[in-house]
Order: sequence, then structure tokens, then C-alpha cells
Amino acid sequence: MKELVIISGKGGTGKTSLVASFAALAKEKVLVDCDVDAADLHLVLNPSVEEESDFSGGKKARVLEEDCVACGACLEACRFDALSVPEKASESGIPVVNPIFCEGCGVCFRVCPADAIAFEPVVNGRWFVSQTRYGPLIHAKLGIAEGNSGKLVSLLREKARGMAEEKGLPLILIDGSPGIGCPVIASITGSNHILVVTEPTLSGRHDLFRVLELASHFRIPVSLCVNKWDLNPEMTARIEEDARKRSIPLAGRVSYDPAVTKAQIAGTTVVEFTDGPVSGEIRALWEKTAQNLGS
Amino acid sequence: MKGYRITIASGKGGTGKTTFATNLAAVIGKEEPVTLLDGDVEEPNCHLFLNPSIVSTEEVTVSIPEVVPEKCTACGICADVCEFSAIIVIKDQVLIFPELCHSCGACWRFCPEDALVEKKKPIGRIERGTASGIRFVHGFLNIGEIMTPAVISRVKEERNNGDICILDAPPGTSCPVIEAVKDADFVLLVTEPTPFGLYDLRLAVDMVRQMGIPCAVAVNRSTIGDDRVNAYCREENIPILVEVPDDRRIAEAYSRGRLISEMDEAYEKLFRDLWTSIKELAGKNKTDGSISERQQAP
Repeated sequence: MKELVIISGKGGTGKTSLVASFAALAKEKVLVDCDVDAADLHLVLNPSVEEESDFSGGKKARVLEEDCVACGACLEACRFDALSVPEKASESGIPVVNPIFCEGCGVCFRVCPADAIAFEPVVNGRWFVSQTRYGPLIHAKLGIAEGNSGKLVSLLREKARGMAEEKGLPLILIDGSPGIGCPVIASITGSNHILVVTEPTLSGRHDLFRVLELASHFRIPVSLCVNKWDLNPEMTARIEEDARKRSIPLAGRVSYDPAVTKAQIAGTTVVEFTDGPVSGEIRALWEKTAQNLGS
Repeated sequence: MKGYRITIASGKGGTGKTTFATNLAAVIGKEEPVTLLDGDVEEPNCHLFLNPSIVSTEEVTVSIPEVVPEKCTACGICADVCEFSAIIVIKDQVLIFPELCHSCGACWRFCPEDALVEKKKPIGRIERGTASGIRFVHGFLNIGEIMTPAVISRVKEERNNGDICILDAPPGTSCPVIEAVKDADFVLLVTEPTPFGLYDLRLAVDMVRQMGIPCAVAVNRSTIGDDRVNAYCREENIPILVEVPDDRRIAEAYSRGRLISEMDEAYEKLFRDLWTSIKELAGKNKTDGSISERQQAP
């Protein structure tokens, strides 16, 4: 079983549109949307949810007003400014926890001499096992202003591995998130191959270098695709030259084509939406990527 | 407007946050003192457009525990109080995983032997500079690190009270974005009129509202999609301050690291007008005050 992750560094380079097309092209696989705080893959794959569950990535603190002696120990101990005494409680001096700032470290709960802080698991989001016209999709929705995206990504990947094993599916196709931080690291660690999708802009190139460094930090093989390459052919050539110097295989180029946005609006994948040249390029990209993955 | 804090955010990546942040700063900088802070510390790009001359650099550190072996009795309390699995105790060994540490201080606070001390660990850097009249600050998270919010928080400390401060946020809606948005006076959400743009905009609006911060929308590449973003904003009473058509000139300027407002008078006017609209809205929000009133304001 192989795990392929598609990431980009910079956002908006076209990851999800390409993953959706790969979903249509790859034969037997489990799909995973690991961009958990802005998951979009389901918008073009129209999943029907078969199983869903709460995700709890940690605990949060809550002040029990009736037990609080307003000693201020928690206020002093919290390193995240999550506890404060609201203006309307200035007389009683009883603090409240701002759940958005609470890191879930439990220090306040442990320093409280009056046992007046509850520290309980909270629901940070929901995860889903769905069926799509291209096979199973594991996806999630992180709650509003919630953290723990890395843990949720790890959970989704674990579910996907379990499903791939159970059904004997040889491939897990993972849509990653932009950046190089926590959810991206959780998406790529232990995977077999990363396809980086960049765009021919100065920002795309700058962010590509950071994401390549990340891949090399975790020693994961990478190949590269320049999407919308014809928006700036010189920059594309420069990026591909950068890749050659680093011995990174080029998986292909995909042209800028308004059909990509039109497919999204129609709620479908590019390769289903059009038989134009862009679909041919995506097919070639997929074949090359599958080769690079060694499946 | 002295000291006014604007965060540019989006939900979806690649919608044009950096284009809006840099061009806004450039037009404001011609009239008033402005600081541009690039808070997309995983992938900062503003410098590519402003070419600031960097005058100083500072390491960003977080606190992590270090064991004092002579004092440690391997009692295991540190591992028990760590909610982030950053410490394990095996036999008589305390193992620390610094990349999992959230710097909460539980381990050294509760160690009965004072056998853990707080140590600074570098996770990134900030750089300060100037770019044609703009005060400029950006941050970089080191490769392999995950404490993005700590670097963003350090970037924000560079805001000064006299300047209008524009912060370019990372994409998404989770912890790093919350850090970038949480103490803003106003959030401009940049989106595009596509299903992905709309879906992620809804998430971003919910997040900003939960924090009680007034927001408005800028629709970028307004001609590429459909009108569902506009319909949503109408229903939700979120003002759309500007719609920027899909224009190859912008894409090309962007791909080469140029500012469209400096290349084209029409775009200079567009960003100047956007700034005027933001100021008008800010004036209203000041008189409104409460969060609920803010949310109901058209």
C-alpha cells in the first residue's frame, strides 16, 4: 500500500482540482482530504456520508463559578492569556476561560487550590467516511476557531490506512493543506511520495523551496508539477531548472484553462468536465506520478 | 485611524491576500505612517513585492524544558502533567520531544525536585526593514517546526501604536489564523467567486464573527466564477468593499513580484478607494461598539 500526498506550499495553486481529477483517474484507492481547516475536495466529489464521528483533539478548561475562591492562581499560571476576569465580574473576581485562547495544557486546573476548574475533553470537529463515485473518501470538518488540526490529520490518515488494508486497496491519495506547519507535517510524515504542485510566480517559487526543504527534512521523495505553467513560461523554466539542480523529477506541466474553474462550478472534476488539452495534460501528469510512486 | 489594526485573511489559499496587503500598504504609505506585517510565517511572500531593505533580524524562541540530571528522580510527574505527549519517562530516563512542546510550563512548574528548567529554543526569526515609506516586518517559521502561532505572535509585537498596521494572515481558519486575527480591529476577507472560495469564506466569516471582529469582503478575480459569493454576502449583511476583475495584467505583475497599484493608475485608485471604504466602516464600528451591533451592521 502506498501513500501519495499532494501539497503546494503556497495556497491556491490548484492542488484540490488536481487531486479530484486524480481521483477520477486512479483505479483502486482511498481518498483523504487532509486540508481539514478548509476542506474543499467534497465539493467536487459529492460524497454520501456513511459513517461520522466527533473528533476530540484535547481538553479545555472551564471555571466552576460556585467553587471558585477568586484567588487568582490560574490567572498567574496561564501562559496563553486564556483566563481573565470580565468587567462585569470585577467585584467577585471570578475569572472565565476564553475557549479560543485555551491551549488545553491543564496548568490552571492543576494549580487551582479549590478544585474550581473543570478540565474535560472537547469536540474540535467531525470526521466522515463517505462513498463517492470514485471510491471511499475520508474527510473532516474542524470546528470554528478550533485547533488540533495536526491530530485530526493523523486520525484521518489512520482511518484511511485501516480502510485500505481491509479492502485491499493499493493506494491512498491525500490532499494536503498549504504551508509547512503542523497539518502539513502530519499529512506527509511516513508517506511514500509527495507531489508538489506549484505555479509560475515568484511567490510560488519561493514557497516551493520551503516545502522542498520540509520534504527533505522528513526524507520523503518528491516530484514536481508546475500548474498554470503558461501564465509565465520563463518562470516555469526557471522553476524546472531549480528542480533539475536538486534532482527532483518533473511530473508534468498543466496549462492555465478556465475550464478548471468551470468544472469546479459544475461540481465535477476537470477530466470529467472537458476533453480539452488540459485533461490530456492532467492524465499525463497522473501517469507520470503513478510511475514516480512506483505503483 | 492612528494605530488601526487590519488583518487580511481568506480561508482559501491563493485568493490574493498578499496582493491586497501589499498594495493597500503601498497606497496608504503615501499619506500616512503604515506598517506592513507579514504573518504568513510558513510561507511569507510580501517581501517579494516590496523588496524591503532589512535592517535587523531577531530570533524567535519558545520555552522548552531541559532536564537537570543530578536532580531528577524519574518520578514521572512531568510526563503525567504534559497534555501534549512531549515528555515520556522510561525507567530512569526523561525523554523530551521539543517539537511537541506547547511551552505551557506544566512540567517545570510541577516537578517536585526542580529538575526541569526552562530553556529557549529557536523556532524561527523576524526581520524588520523599510520599503519606500512602509515600515516592514515579517516572520519565518523554521522548517520542521509546528509552533506557527508563536512566530505570528512575535511578528504582531512589532505593531506600533502610531502606525496603521496591516497584517497578512496565513490561509485557513485554524490556530495560526486565529492568532493573526484575534486582536485585529477589522478583518478584510479576500475571496474568489468559486465554490471553493465561497465554502472557505463561510468558514472564515464564522471564525471572525465568533471572535466578535467586524469584517468585510473583497472579491478577487470577480469575473471567473458565479455570483454565489455576492448572494451569500447579501444574505449575511457582509459588505463587499471591492470587486477586482480577473485581469492578466494583475496576474503578470504578481508573477513577477510587482505591485499593480504602482504600475497602473486605475488600480492605484482602486486600492485608494478600498482604503477609504475601510476607514468609513471603521468609523461606524467605533460608534457601534458592541459585538452584536457590529454583526448586525450592514
